[in-house]
Amino acid sequence: MTKQSPPDTLRLVVDLNRCQNYGQCVYAAPTVFRFHGEESLEYDYAPGEAARREVERAAAACPVQAIALGAANEPSPLSAGSDR
Amino acid sequence: MRADRTVVVGASLAGLRAAEALRDEGFTGELTLIGDEPHEPYDRPPLSKAVLSGWLPADHTTLPRLRDIDAHWLLGTAATGLDVPGRQVVLADGRRIRYDRLLIATGTRARPWPEQAGGGLRGVHVLRGREDAERLRAALLAGPHRVLVIGAGFTGGEVASSCRDLGLAVTVTQRGAAPLASALGGVVGRAAADWYRDAGVDLRLNTTVRTLEGDSHGRLRRAVLSDGSTVEAEVAVVATGAVANTGWLAGSGLAVDDHGVTCDATCRVLTPDGAVVPEVFAAGDIARWPHPRYPGQLLRLDHWDNAVRQARTAAHNMAHGGHRVHQPLPAFWSNQFGVNCKSVGLPAIADQVVITQGTLAQRRFVAAYGRDGRLVAAVAVNSPRVLGGYAALIEAGAPFPPVLNAPDGPPQPTAVDAEFPRRSTAATAAATAATAATAATATAQRRPVMTAHP
Amino acid sequence: MTTTQLSPTDLFAQVMRYDNRADPYPCYALMRERPVARMENGTWLVSGYHEIAQLLHDPRISADRLNPQAPEPALRSLLVQDPPRHDRLRRLVTGEFIPRIMGMRDHIAELVDQLLDAHTGSGPGQLDVVTDLAYPLPVTVICELLGVPREDEPVFGALSRRLTLALDPVDSPTEEQIRDAQQARDQLLQYLEGLIQQRRAEPGDDLLSALMASGDDEGPMGPVDLRVTLVLLLIAGHETTVNLIANGTLALLRDPNVLARLRSDPDLATPLVEEVLRYDPPVQMSGRSTLADIDIAGTTIPKGSRLRIMLAAGNRDPRRFPDPDRFVPDRADNAHLGFGGGIHYCVGAALARAEAQLALTALANRLTAPRLVADPPPYRRNAALRGPEHLLVAYDRLTNR
Ligand SMILES: Cc1cc2nc3c(=O)[nH]c(=O)nc-3n(C[C@H](O)[C@H](O)[C@H](O)COP(=O)(O)OP(=O)(O)OC[C@H]3O[C@@H](n4cnc5c(N)ncnc54)[C@H](O)[C@@H]3O)c2cc1C
Ligand code: HEM
Ligand code: SF4
Repeated sequence: MTKQSPPDTLRLVVDLNRCQNYGQCVYAAPTVFRFHGEESLEYDYAPGEAARREVERAAAACPVQAIALGAANEPSPLSAGSDR
Repeated sequence: MRADRTVVVGASLAGLRAAEALRDEGFTGELTLIGDEPHEPYDRPPLSKAVLSGWLPADHTTLPRLRDIDAHWLLGTAATGLDVPGRQVVLADGRRIRYDRLLIATGTRARPWPEQAGGGLRGVHVLRGREDAERLRAALLAGPHRVLVIGAGFTGGEVASSCRDLGLAVTVTQRGAAPLASALGGVVGRAAADWYRDAGVDLRLNTTVRTLEGDSHGRLRRAVLSDGSTVEAEVAVVATGAVANTGWLAGSGLAVDDHGVTCDATCRVLTPDGAVVPEVFAAGDIARWPHPRYPGQLLRLDHWDNAVRQARTAAHNMAHGGHRVHQPLPAFWSNQFGVNCKSVGLPAIADQVVITQGTLAQRRFVAAYGRDGRLVAAVAVNSPRVLGGYAALIEAGAPFPPVLNAPDGPPQPTAVDAEFPRRSTAATAAATAATAATAATATAQRRPVMTAHP
Repeated sequence: MTTTQLSPTDLFAQVMRYDNRADPYPCYALMRERPVARMENGTWLVSGYHEIAQLLHDPRISADRLNPQAPEPALRSLLVQDPPRHDRLRRLVTGEFIPRIMGMRDHIAELVDQLLDAHTGSGPGQLDVVTDLAYPLPVTVICELLGVPREDEPVFGALSRRLTLALDPVDSPTEEQIRDAQQARDQLLQYLEGLIQQRRAEPGDDLLSALMASGDDEGPMGPVDLRVTLVLLLIAGHETTVNLIANGTLALLRDPNVLARLRSDPDLATPLVEEVLRYDPPVQMSGRSTLADIDIAGTTIPKGSRLRIMLAAGNRDPRRFPDPDRFVPDRADNAHLGFGGGIHYCVGAALARAEAQLALTALANRLTAPRLVADPPPYRRNAALRGPEHLLVAYDRLTNR
């Protein structure tokens, strides 16, 4: 897992159909995930690079593997070089 | 493997995931994504929840890109036409983009409030995209004395809930006898009414808004309701369902209307007389298709899960000329009033419902839905960990009412009428099959289509 | 697919045999040929990943009924209770437990270093990873959390072990076994009684005091619930994480590549610990019973049947995990069953993960040329909570932090 400096800022998405609110992500990355009410998971899709280690721990810990991290190496479509 | 030009119109959840899936499937040709929003693909579900309540900035909803897709991105660029024989997508700026294979993923938009009934007033909002959410959030921060939410479907409930989180007074009007009634039926809907009321929402059932009235500056001041009463409010959120973004397909010869694009079960788009249009596919909120599990009707599922899965199926069939059938077990979630609500199967086709675990009053329960003696859906409220078990039962065609003997179930589970609203619209003299088809199409949508408001 | 000569009954007996403790996995592989199978005693073995996952989420399953070893209902912890009682107790426990373990990482890292510091020196040496690190670490943490004096550890450590022995699924435990487990439990409860009295007089800011004060709109946590919960937390803190750290050390030292990779990339510890939980899980099996007939895997498990949920077998199911018998430290999509699943999913998972990640990282970084003195190491008797009794590791040097 040698990491080059990431091409893109940290991004994530949770499949909230698969999620069963085990809260492992909240324990691993409390600045990124939270429960609103007892069982409603909320999270930041773009928490910034500083949270990467915590978010990777959260993704690994999710019992149902509902957390996906960005994995693209190419530049974002809105950065220079896109057709826009 | 085909290596030629694939174009995806609609660069949101379904479009992005389809593009990624195309590359996963080994597609090596040219790939173009066209989207009219000036943003990278972002996720909509938080817009009515964490974004409105202020926990999450609207620009923190961008979806992760799950792999390289080596695509031409045309963002902020609307498609305005489709030339099927010439295999070209026409853009707003007049450019024409050639395709060998096309995916239509332009989704839906919020049904707007009619102009003549006050739709043009400042303070009247809808919620579909990021800008909508930012505008509405700003309006809420300005501290209105009351917010009116029109429609108690999922979006309406989530918006009302976020407003209450912000301490704002909220009135919600609902055409039917209970919130969520067209999606989940009256039994669960009545429980949902308690969520609204306990949160301090002024919930007006069996009530529609006749007209919205403004002041001399064109700002919303009040709403006149069907019972003749008025509600003073500076902000109104219209949450009365969605309309498919099919305008750009007018005259293309495809089977399209406000309800969506009709395709077959393999995501291939059809002509009005049912012929397959070569190399044109659809996925996500815009697609209506005959789901093999629900014969005799066209289904449109305005849910996140369906967008992702249908995108994958379409991509597979596009990349390989395959015939994989899109037949997911429908699934969605909603979070409102501190309640997590998850569903599998299709509650709207049920005739009966039984509470199998927990109690409605505790806000922790599972409702199992049945039709013709088969289990067809389950809705879990604050009980997300058991839903997988119900999904397996539905897939296996388990009988209804199911024999579970769940330890937190009622001693004598009794199935009752699920109380789905009768759809009086076009159904009058139609054959039962046809009625079922119309009803299912409308009710299967996450955001119930509500017509004839004014 | 080969069909085995061994019946489900025989296969389960093989797993329980101490001779197979070091490597039960071939038995599990044979078991999975019939992922759901009935043994002669009427208990059903469930060994396929998908079947286990489905049953753990099935409303027709109970953790409460028909468990021959379970103490009388009043003395049952949430582990063997069903909703709604289970859910309420679990909410009360997690409400107090989870906030306390968040933000504990730095402290755990410090404890790990302290434990290893005791052995630093210039030359070659030997560690017993179990007694020097894997056991004292979680025990210290759970004692600190609960507010149990560390000096008393020898007393309740021994009691915990005796109680754990009784957790193995044996059809007909001997009178003596039953008596011993009961005695151990009573003594542990008595010990806790003293602590509770003391806290009642003088509440602290520890988990014990917090649980005593906890409650919801149904009232406070009852006295019995409080005591069995404490026993459960103590045992869980004593008998599980130790095996995770030891099994992880085994994985590191059995494959020099894995060790080298962890050294060059400390972040590998995160997925690596998940892989240990899949490949060699500390909790190998669990029990349930059926509340209704259940059709699964082409057969019907009748209502009122006992189930053996073979978590460790499911973790190696090739229908779910590609190349399941290979230890892949950065395995993707690793939805293992190491912490169970469904409503009884391990309450202490986050704590156990942090302890194991930090312990394994420190071992990898601070030991020069570590090697196993005996492979396989001697194992403890338990088949359900399974792990090495001792794990001797020789090294050239134990460096300073
Ligand atoms: C506020 C809100 C809350 C939601 N909450 C939930 C939830 O809790 N659970 C759940 O399951 N689902 C929820 N959904 C539904 C979910 O977001 C949708 O199912 C999903 O977005 C569908 O994805 P899609 O790509 O098919 O369509 P869309 O996301 O609508 O994307 C279509 C894209 O195409 C673009 N487009 C349209 N016309 C053109 C054109 N002519 N040219 C170029 N581009 C065009 C649109 O601007 C848009 O970017 C919610 C939706 C909303 C709006
Ligand atoms: C590596 C370490 C650990 C492993 C592998 C582990 C594994 C498990 C498993 C498999 C279960 C589910 C049992 C079942 O479904 O029948 C469980 C439950 C539980 N664990 Fe752990 N555990 C570990 C550490 C801990 C720790 C450190 C604690 C707390 C101090 C803890 C507390 C609990 C509790 C309270 C339950 C019962 C939860 C319930 O019934 O709802 N565990 N554990
Ligand atoms: S760890 Fe996974 S299942 Fe649990 S709350 Fe987070 S996303 Fe959901």
